[in-house]
Amino acid sequence: MGYCPNTPDDIRDMLAAIGAASVEELFAPIPAELRAKSFDLPPGMSELELMRLMREKAASCGADVTPFIGGGIYDHFIPAAVDHLASRAEFYTAYTPYQPECAQGTLQALYEYQTTICRLTGLEASNASLYDGGTAVAEAALMSLRITDRHKVILDGSVNPLHREIVTGYLHGLSAQAVDVAPDGCVSDLARLMASIDDETAAVIVQSPNFFGSVQDFRELAQKAHDHEALLIVSCYPIAMGLVASPGEMGADIAVGEGQSLGNHLSFGGPYFGFIATRKRFIRNLPGRIVGETIDHQGRRGFVLTLQAREQHIKRHKATSNICSNQSLCALRGLIFCASLGMKGFEDLARLNYDKAQYAKSVLGAVRGVDLLNCGATFNEFTLALPKDAAEVVQRLLDKGIAAGVPLGQYYPGMERALVVTVTEKRTKDEIDRLAALLEEVLWS
Amino acid sequence: MELIFEKSVSGRTGVRVPLSDVPNAAPLPDELRRREPVRLPEVAELDLVRHYTNLSRRNFSVDTNFYPLGSCTMKYNTKVTENAGALFASCHPMVALLPGGDKLVQGPLSIVYELERQLAEITGMEEVTTQPLAGAHGEMTGIMVIAAYHKARGDEKRKYVIVPDSSHGTNPASAAMAGYEIVTVPTAPYGDMDLDLFRQAMNEEVAAVMLTCPNTLGLFNPHIAEICAIAHEGGALTYYDGANLNAILGKVRPGDVGFDVIHVNLHKTFGTPHGGGGPGSGPIGVRGDLVRFLPTPRVVRREDGSYAVEDHPEGIGRVSDFFGNFAIMARAYAYITMLGREGLVEVSEQAVLNANYIMARLKEEYDLPFDQTCMHECVFSASRQVQNGVHAIDVAKYLIDRGFHPPTVYFPLNVKEAIMIEPTETESKQTMDAFIEVMLEAARLAKEDPERLHEAPVTTPVGRLDETRAARMQQVCCE
Repeated sequence: MGYCPNTPDDIRDMLAAIGAASVEELFAPIPAELRAKSFDLPPGMSELELMRLMREKAASCGADVTPFIGGGIYDHFIPAAVDHLASRAEFYTAYTPYQPECAQGTLQALYEYQTTICRLTGLEASNASLYDGGTAVAEAALMSLRITDRHKVILDGSVNPLHREIVTGYLHGLSAQAVDVAPDGCVSDLARLMASIDDETAAVIVQSPNFFGSVQDFRELAQKAHDHEALLIVSCYPIAMGLVASPGEMGADIAVGEGQSLGNHLSFGGPYFGFIATRKRFIRNLPGRIVGETIDHQGRRGFVLTLQAREQHIKRHKATSNICSNQSLCALRGLIFCASLGMKGFEDLARLNYDKAQYAKSVLGAVRGVDLLNCGATFNEFTLALPKDAAEVVQRLLDKGIAAGVPLGQYYPGMERALVVTVTEKRTKDEIDRLAALLEEVLWS
Repeated sequence: MELIFEKSVSGRTGVRVPLSDVPNAAPLPDELRRREPVRLPEVAELDLVRHYTNLSRRNFSVDTNFYPLGSCTMKYNTKVTENAGALFASCHPMVALLPGGDKLVQGPLSIVYELERQLAEITGMEEVTTQPLAGAHGEMTGIMVIAAYHKARGDEKRKYVIVPDSSHGTNPASAAMAGYEIVTVPTAPYGDMDLDLFRQAMNEEVAAVMLTCPNTLGLFNPHIAEICAIAHEGGALTYYDGANLNAILGKVRPGDVGFDVIHVNLHKTFGTPHGGGGPGSGPIGVRGDLVRFLPTPRVVRREDGSYAVEDHPEGIGRVSDFFGNFAIMARAYAYITMLGREGLVEVSEQAVLNANYIMARLKEEYDLPFDQTCMHECVFSASRQVQNGVHAIDVAKYLIDRGFHPPTVYFPLNVKEAIMIEPTETESKQTMDAFIEVMLEAARLAKEDPERLHEAPVTTPVGRLDETRAARMQQVCCE
């Protein structure tokens, strides 16, 4: 049942070698009064019954809804090669590459992944991945505290609200302060962000494109931060990097983001991966695993976990982070996804997202009573102002099989009529037109 | 092997991007546009497939090699649970957070709920949250819950967390991330945290004590109930690092013993793959009066049997975006459901039997610092081999040449030249016998031909790598 292969004969021989009369005798070190008071689980089942049960559950998982929702997680096309290669058991049944000679597969892949992240973000040093986008933003905030030895970060209100909650939680225990700066409509209030930076500021955290879909120029903000020896942290959406200026180009010191859109399935919330990249001079302040290039005694190139003196298994409570596992397999998927598309394909994919979203903007913006909120330039998400409560509209459209967008009221009080709509390359013109028609119907019939 | 970037040929394309069915849009304003395309490799799909297939062959893995990496529970990951986890690939988590969305995702919500109930029963805790994304993330979440508990009582003076010196490095690191200072208590000659020194370390400024049981020596600490009592008497809470839960399924429940918070590693005990270093999953369980501090949101079961997502306003907030690493959780749920009560008990019994068998067979040739019945893993020391100039690392590298993934070496830190072996329940006597033979061979070579061990590994694509050079060069991506 437990996939235990030993036969009664094996067990008898093993007990004889140990010098024990029974398996139960091996549990003698556990005092009787500490024994389990209950272990009330049902009996097991066969593979066939299990899959019957699991398929039943999977039948009700919202997979038939057409998603125009994002909120940090995006429904993108995944080339078949990603699933096939990441299903190689040599990758997925290995562990953290502590013994590099028999883990060059994982190590080289992570090195290639780090290179990919550096190139996407326009920065110089990446780690081997973090848990997810939200914790990546939080880790970047902690990293800025370490680098600057300051205790305040400025958090732009147009950063994903789920991520802001995580950052606030992480900072709370360390008696560090997160100063929220409310957005101006659906763009970052750059003037107020800049005015908030002072000599106590460790970092300013912004997002590109932001939660409303807007893309902004952060160069001046970066300059202002640097004038005060503070850092600029940009959380970015990796698919947008095919088209939009990278955090590095914008002057960011740390780039982070949610890596899901790079070849990872939606899977009801995970596993995904977070990424983080920085300037080379800050490399020792990175959290988590880092793979570095080196050679063996014969001069052959190889890869190892490096700069481990930052990490918990050596530094314990003085480590840069408590992270032990990263999200290796998800990062591998991200790498294979990027390599499948290649330089041109990646740009074309970003372009396609942009074109489709622009088309959707024009069609949805033309629905009676619906306006586009002024978000300036956008990538594949934008915000609509509806004539009715957006949550109600979304609920009615869900009944028709469309997830029309993320209503903003639950995250931004006062924006109850605003709706963020996402259009990836997977949404067809027909689906977009159908959304527009159904939106009109729900609003006016 | 070349990097994928080194195989790039300008103009070569791999997968085709979908064709556009909408008009081309006006470009982004200049200042927002990327200057240069992202320098990704330009390779054909076959180049790509061959590259990563061949890279994978440079790995040892559970499916190809015995992998007795102590403390990591590298058991066989069943294929059916892989299939089960993949069923939810197209399920967008945001649907659950939309108004009225929960009724569309009853399947996955029921898995979150039922898995939390299963883990609560297995650990003896009142409730569980699956939100933490890894064991260390669970530790941090658990300590944040403990901090919230003290704060809610107006008890703000507690600023220390106690850990034994044999603890996983993540314990003190997680507590530090939650804002605590660390007090380390040494191990007594009997192999557990020194009880007297612990008593001395306890005071009204201690927020929590974190313990791993069985401890990192693979030994069951018979004093855990006493430790809990001492901690509670001093107003501190007790944290159980469930990394070694594979030893005690159905035998001991930390909640029954008096632990207040526990994390479990689904990728260790509950059969989900380790992924080359993640994704893991680190749910935490808590006792009744700590439930209100669990992170938001919670999946609840309504009276009509349907499931809903609820905010948890008194909780510590959000520690990850949604409900945790769901596809990993679905695998663990499938594993627990498939094995059932008897199957899980058998897991621990066979894991403990296997570890004791290896211990019995190797203790003539390798020093065993704590010679007593072990649980799911045993810790040797290469100190006898050191007399011939052979270290734990040399034994490890020789094992690679003979087709075995090495045990964990140099951990726990309180054993010199530690060799920590965890066979798990899914290995047969025959596999272990082959491993034992090679370990004995290494011990013999240490005496007769230590050079052989120093030169190992010689069968791998690269020999021992220059780690100092890597740290000095800091070459972490290619130009």
